[in-house]
Amino acid sequence: MLHIYCPHCEEYREEEEFRPKGEAHIARPQNPEETSDEEWGDYLFFRKNPRGAHHEQWYHAAGCRKFFNVTRDTVSYEILETYKVGELPTIDDTSRRAAK
Amino acid sequence: MSEFATIDLVPTEPVKAESPLAMCRVDVITEPKAQSAGVVVREHAFLGHLVLRGNAGDAGFVNGVEQALGVPLPLKMGPLSVDEARGVSLQWISPDEWLIIVPGGEAFAAEQRLRETLGGHFAVMNVSGGQTVLELSGPAVPEMLMKCTPYDVHPNHFPVGKGVSTTFAKTTAIIRRLDEDRWALVIRRSFADYLYRWLLDASEEFGVHVAR
Ligand SMILES: [Zn+2]
Repeated sequence: MLHIYCPHCEEYREEEEFRPKGEAHIARPQNPEETSDEEWGDYLFFRKNPRGAHHEQWYHAAGCRKFFNVTRDTVSYEILETYKVGELPTIDDTSRRAAK
Repeated sequence: MSEFATIDLVPTEPVKAESPLAMCRVDVITEPKAQSAGVVVREHAFLGHLVLRGNAGDAGFVNGVEQALGVPLPLKMGPLSVDEARGVSLQWISPDEWLIIVPGGEAFAAEQRLRETLGGHFAVMNVSGGQTVLELSGPAVPEMLMKCTPYDVHPNHFPVGKGVSTTFAKTTAIIRRLDEDRWALVIRRSFADYLYRWLLDASEEFGVHVAR
């Protein structure tokens, strides 16, 4: 069971209280009318699915009912950081390699 | 005061009100007396429940709520604002949401006071019919809660005066610690029957008394 720090509740809570909501930081095309089918398809359906650090959205369903972001290692499941929507991650694979 | 249609949900004609637990079938063996029970369950039905939404970063909103309700607005998860004598409590639910509980029949007056005091962008919703409160007391309550929720109810982690919204019996409930050995659950109407029966079932092994 993961122990996840909710940046709104400011407390570690059990995984059971949360729902994963997929990749984070996906920007909606500014002008959908002028967006090509391929770009729109990429926006709607295509995800990175990386091996390693992954920035993803989680939802604190049983607690504060707010979305926030998580940087999680998709190999070890280790949660490296959590941060609020609108903030940027401080950890990715490049920063982790540099820290080693 | 904002231009808003409001209605007092407490009917003026004598209408039979029923708690969400009115139709519950109790099929566990209960203790006849509270003294011999490990867990005592008492419903506090028909309290006034209001959901308040607003901007915690707006000093006018924060001060206005305290002025209208007489208790400070909690600005973080955990510590409840309580005026026990007046039966008023205020709980942080999320960064922009609070649960206000007032004595039965006082929800409309509290809502009116908030609308008179607050300006700008906020919302007040009367959800009194949508949830109910169960008070739990007795020596076995913490142990019983451990069977129901993954949330740590150890006194070091759950001091008196704390309230959290968490997973409870595979659904959601608010757990509050009222004092050293009194706890409360705020449960939704649609889950009330299920949760009440779950609670009695979980408490049966410790001896459970239903207080009225
Ligand atoms: Zn939370």
